[in-house]
Amino acid sequence: MDDKFDVIIVGAGLAGSAAALKLAQAGLEVVLVERGPYPGSKNLSGGVLYGRVLDDLVPNYWEEAPIERYITNQRVVFMTEQASVNIDFKNQAFQETPYNAISVLRGKFDRWLGEKAEEAGAMLVPGIKVDEISVENGRAVGIIAGDEEMRADVVILADGTNSFLAEQLGLRKKFNPAHMAVGVKELIGLPRETIEDRFNLSGDSGVAYGIVGYATQGVAGGAFLYTNKETLSIGLVMHLDELIHTGKKPAVLMEEFLASPLIEPLVRGGKLLEYGAHMVPEGGLAMTPQLSMDGLLVTGDAAGLSINNGFVVRGMDLALSTGISAAQAVLAAKEKGDFSAASLGVYRQLIDESFVMKDMKTYANAPSFMKTERLYEAYPNLLVSLMTGIYTHTGQPKEHMIPTAMKSLKESGISLFQLAGDGLKGARSL
Amino acid sequence: MNRMSVPEKLAINKYELDDGHPHIEVSTEICNTVCKTKACLFVCPADVYSEQEGKIVADWAGCLECGTCRAACPTEALRWEYPRGGFGVIYRYG
Repeated sequence: MDDKFDVIIVGAGLAGSAAALKLAQAGLEVVLVERGPYPGSKNLSGGVLYGRVLDDLVPNYWEEAPIERYITNQRVVFMTEQASVNIDFKNQAFQETPYNAISVLRGKFDRWLGEKAEEAGAMLVPGIKVDEISVENGRAVGIIAGDEEMRADVVILADGTNSFLAEQLGLRKKFNPAHMAVGVKELIGLPRETIEDRFNLSGDSGVAYGIVGYATQGVAGGAFLYTNKETLSIGLVMHLDELIHTGKKPAVLMEEFLASPLIEPLVRGGKLLEYGAHMVPEGGLAMTPQLSMDGLLVTGDAAGLSINNGFVVRGMDLALSTGISAAQAVLAAKEKGDFSAASLGVYRQLIDESFVMKDMKTYANAPSFMKTERLYEAYPNLLVSLMTGIYTHTGQPKEHMIPTAMKSLKESGISLFQLAGDGLKGARSL
Repeated sequence: MNRMSVPEKLAINKYELDDGHPHIEVSTEICNTVCKTKACLFVCPADVYSEQEGKIVADWAGCLECGTCRAACPTEALRWEYPRGGFGVIYRYG
């Protein structure tokens, strides 16, 4: 059959384009299908990209990739309505290439990576939505879009967090709201000098914030803020089950967050350039779908791969890595001339042996720890009350820190037993 | 920053509107009889869903394609799929 390709990849996000690039470099005939008018046009991120794996994929990527800033400064913020306590971490070593972490805008970055795959020989087909996977005798043999069919030895699903195709094939169950989080994001334009002055940045260095507490008003989740060259990416990520339970509206929480005394001075004078929303698979290993079947592999967000331990939110590096592993598995299968699930199963081994599954396992308890209600109200209140106690001078003599801390703990309503339990649980899951 | 309404925010975004091909349909009789939460009315970041004259209506043109409504809907009332290829929201920045 002349019109049969080696590989069809559904979705030109990071996983899809990484796989396409690797496979095209190895000389395979690869078709990369994207439903948006260009790669990245449907994509949205709420965190920084940890760069090491990108350097494996495109050596010296920083010389050509549309990077916004390299992140030298990470801030964790515990926030109440009126106050906030920051942990501010800066490391000059993060200025060195290959950058530890970078900020990117997916509309530009994914477009670049898609072009890299094209330059290597992959055929990029934008503006096509794949409706279903053709399956014959339990084996994926191609894709169906409208009334057209395209066939290949292997199909790689890189169709993102909603992966309709994985659901249709029965590889994953319908979504459990407890496994999903909804992210809302604004892109705010500010002059470059304003951003650098406001955030104490020099050159192309950048800062990324992770914020818990009042930001989500008691809904499990958190907020993010990171600097780009001439824009700020800012938003909230909230667990869907909690959002349903509380009846709160993401857009309203977002407005109140932007107007809060912590955030308002940082975004003041800025111009809204884009408002977006995206779902994040946060269920951890509990939501990992079946990753392969005869003739098919599942990668990136479609495979439910992301990590949120409260300090660090990751998904893009996992997507790149699984895209690379999928390409390696396909190349090994091609060598054997066997595209069965058993032969493609090397994919699972590759990601099990890579940082992807090792980190997913290390943080396996993080999803349940992140649902600890005290994390979003009681602990930010405790920290703020403690700091307020230390720094408030009323003319009365000061107490030692321990009685001050005990008083704050008492006010917070957290028992010593809970504090010890959460501390242990947190230490074990993070 | 001036505070903005959701429709004002959506108006800044770029969309390729697929006139006459709604990608969201709501079977409102299911919502009205079975659904207890009507979560779509509040979880949607784009305020796509509203209740008008006792029916749930989807103003699908402003959809951000996150899929939250579909994941939150406890019934079979919602048919939510991606818009046809090339249509819908187009993130310029992302």
